Amino acid sequence: MKIVIVGCGKIGATILSNLTSEGHNIVAIDSDAEVITELTNVYDVMGICGNGADSDILDEAGVGSAELFIAVSNSDELNMLSCFLARKMGAKHTIARVRNPEYNDKSLRFMKENLELSMAINPELLAAKELFNILKFPSAVKIEKFSRGNLEMIEFRLGSDSALDGMTLIDLRKNHRAKVLVCYVRRGDEVFIPNGTFILKSGDLIGLTAKSTELQKFFKSLGVYKKQAKNVMILGGGKVSLYLSEMLLEAGSSVKIIEKNKEVCNTLSEALPKAVVLNGDGAEHELLLEEGLESLDAFVSLTGMDEENILLSIFASNQKVPKTIAKVDRDELVNLAERLGLDCVVSAKRMTANVLLSYARALENSLGSNVETLYKLADGKAEALEFNVKPDSKVIGIPLKELAIKKGILIAGIIRDRKTVIPSGDDVIKAHDNVVVIAADQGLRDLDGILR
Amino acid sequence: MNKKIVFYTVGRILQIEGILLLLPTVVSLIYREKTALHLFLSALIAATVGAILMFLNRKGDRKIFAREGFASVALSWIMMSAIGALPFYLSGAIPSYTSAFFETVSGFTTTGASILPDITVLSHGLLFWRSFTHWVGGMGVLVFIMAIFPSESGRSVHIMRAEMPGPIVGKLVPKVRETAKILYLIYIAMTVIMTVLLMFGKMSLFDSLLHAFGTAGTGGFGMRPDSVGGYSPYCQWVITVFMLLCGINFNLYYLIIIGRFRSAVKSSELWCYLAIVAASIIAVVINITATLGNVYDSLSATIRHSAFQVVSVMTTTGFSTVDFNLWPEFSKTLLLVLMFIGGCAGSTAGGLKVSRLILMVKTVRRDLKRLIHPRSVNTVKFEGKTVENETVESLGSYFMIYAVVFFVMLMVVSFDRFNLTTTFSAVVACFNNVGPGLGGVGPLGNFSEFSVHSKWFLSLGMLLGRLEIFPILLTLSPSTWAKK
Repeated sequence: MKIVIVGCGKIGATILSNLTSEGHNIVAIDSDAEVITELTNVYDVMGICGNGADSDILDEAGVGSAELFIAVSNSDELNMLSCFLARKMGAKHTIARVRNPEYNDKSLRFMKENLELSMAINPELLAAKELFNILKFPSAVKIEKFSRGNLEMIEFRLGSDSALDGMTLIDLRKNHRAKVLVCYVRRGDEVFIPNGTFILKSGDLIGLTAKSTELQKFFKSLGVYKKQAKNVMILGGGKVSLYLSEMLLEAGSSVKIIEKNKEVCNTLSEALPKAVVLNGDGAEHELLLEEGLESLDAFVSLTGMDEENILLSIFASNQKVPKTIAKVDRDELVNLAERLGLDCVVSAKRMTANVLLSYARALENSLGSNVETLYKLADGKAEALEFNVKPDSKVIGIPLKELAIKKGILIAGIIRDRKTVIPSGDDVIKAHDNVVVIAADQGLRDLDGILR
Repeated sequence: MNKKIVFYTVGRILQIEGILLLLPTVVSLIYREKTALHLFLSALIAATVGAILMFLNRKGDRKIFAREGFASVALSWIMMSAIGALPFYLSGAIPSYTSAFFETVSGFTTTGASILPDITVLSHGLLFWRSFTHWVGGMGVLVFIMAIFPSESGRSVHIMRAEMPGPIVGKLVPKVRETAKILYLIYIAMTVIMTVLLMFGKMSLFDSLLHAFGTAGTGGFGMRPDSVGGYSPYCQWVITVFMLLCGINFNLYYLIIIGRFRSAVKSSELWCYLAIVAASIIAVVINITATLGNVYDSLSATIRHSAFQVVSVMTTTGFSTVDFNLWPEFSKTLLLVLMFIGGCAGSTAGGLKVSRLILMVKTVRRDLKRLIHPRSVNTVKFEGKTVENETVESLGSYFMIYAVVFFVMLMVVSFDRFNLTTTFSAVVACFNNVGPGLGGVGPLGNFSEFSVHSKWFLSLGMLLGRLEIFPILLTLSPSTWAKK
């Protein structure tokens, strides 16, 4: 599939690297010649240096024959304009990054329709939503939602004294009456798609699906249940914190925002009258302690510096804050943060890449069973995919235990008429179901691809 | 330096060479010649050495960075020539290995300089192999490999850059592999069309094929002592046109195929190239008629011979229809200058390349302007795009190193006590991958009289010229091989 990407900054480069590894033909456009040189040296893509809203440049990039056009440059206006041009020149689908809050209200729909955008993507909003989900259920390290929230996949880490240490998955089902399904286990750098005899160890990062009521029961029985965060402190006053604060305030939580820049503080306090906006340096421990760090439910560090976020989150968790989350955009630092004991890390960049990747996968296969949602799990070593089952699929009507499923693949959930089924061997897949599949080390494009 | 991937690539190239050597073997069998045995033996050796190299280096990561790209290309070309020389040596057609190596390097680098005093000693199989090396070397073997095998690393663009001639190597389509495929398809199509056209001119299939190989790769190994002089004027014109076509950037053909005719025609390099050719032909025609009178019977014959020789030399092919050693001094000098210029970037031609020349002229103009207006800010533009300062700078160092290498070779070869014309033009002809020079190495002469050390040095010169100096030079430097 031919894909044109305009703007190769942090987000653009991540998307580009993900999409190239999927084997797409990619043309990258950026106004910075150095960026283009570097990218074409590392990836097998064609680079064009120029303005992404210049029709000559777009023509040179062959936009007319492109299936997907993605504009993720720094400027919203440029993105929208180049998407508009690309669409008029014949690109089949266009996606623009639009992150200015002023464009992200009701006007967004009007713009999308009139510019014929297939999707407007707002990385900061995506990140804020993810953060909000985690804060609602702080026992988890990560929550992925499928089928508009009908099914949730929770990732959490087994503590050093976990009751599950040394337990096989069969015993887990017997001992805890809660119906949960362990989908994947990450131990060190390895990822396992476990079967019944798999033995859990403390320190494992496990992903599981369950109905939300069952989940609460399960975590309570383990004794690690944490209530929804009601008292949250946010460091940094960027766009993510603005969106997150709005959501938290709406849900009735109390929010404190610490921001260095006076002017940003002013705009924040205008936009969020209910929040407590503090002007100060979040790196000063005095300030944090003065503002009641110990009494917090959650501490979220969202400054522009990855390193600062990591260090302050570690400081906060040492001060016995029950839940700390850091925004870390650089992949190298994510692993480092994990090694330092910081589990919960979000990145707007990676979320955006996930969304675009699933969009590209779905486009590629518009006939078979579509990919509806895609999440990269465990450092990209595994994927969780949601498929809509078409009536002619080969997996329909056969009990799961009789399906010849490939190694490293697990069916994590079935959503039928908005009801979630956590599957066991006797369940069957029906037409029009939504099926969530976990796959290690492979790029699934079609539901039938799970069969041997 | 990741030595494993370098040797692995070399191994793969040798295996491909083994397969390619089977073609002349078949030809030899058809003509019932004894050389079939020698060719087959060489194929076997190439495949075995290749397999051993690949087996020894099968493990390890497959990352290719710039230096691995350079080294893979340089070593592949050297090894390929070393083994490609075996058929000539084993069959006894060329008794000295040095000479056989020279002949093969001359083939792969599309030079066309021969050490054979009498070409008729070669069997059909060997003749085929000799011309086939032109075809293989013209577009590049590693580019060929890229077209066949899925790339294991996104960085394989480094290999393409090292092997494709020209200051800036651009891709036609996003993927290196697809780009390589397209280039080869265009190349094959041109070869086939030319073969058919030559056969219309009553040339035999074998002769047509060999001349098409020599022309498409802009090589210039002939099959007769008088090169193409003995063929009909029609055939000579066909060869002239195709030599001209093969000296044009192949990217332009792709643009035409996908219907972007206008952007292809806009290429300033193309127009500059055609202008130089046209002006040179006119100059030579006038010069010959004025000095020698009606030496070629008619004006049309004079034009034909002038056009043929000018195009042949400019595209660094090296075929000839007449002995231009007999031409007046001005025409000979003009040809010598054309040898330096060469064809367009991204073509199969050698030389400095027209685009480099244009860039150089523009840079000089910019610097002159700066002398007059010291505060002026100027950028160099080429094909409608601003050329980065880095490219301009590297251009300067390319000219410098080109001159240094050239003069070193000149000194070395001058030990052979030929006259200055012969020595100078021999080095020019080899370094720019032209083939024939002036004086003793003119169209009717050959390189057999040169000493052993000169032959080795000229072989190296041909490789340096074909790969545009840096890959070979960097591979010879110890710091490239140092551990990281």
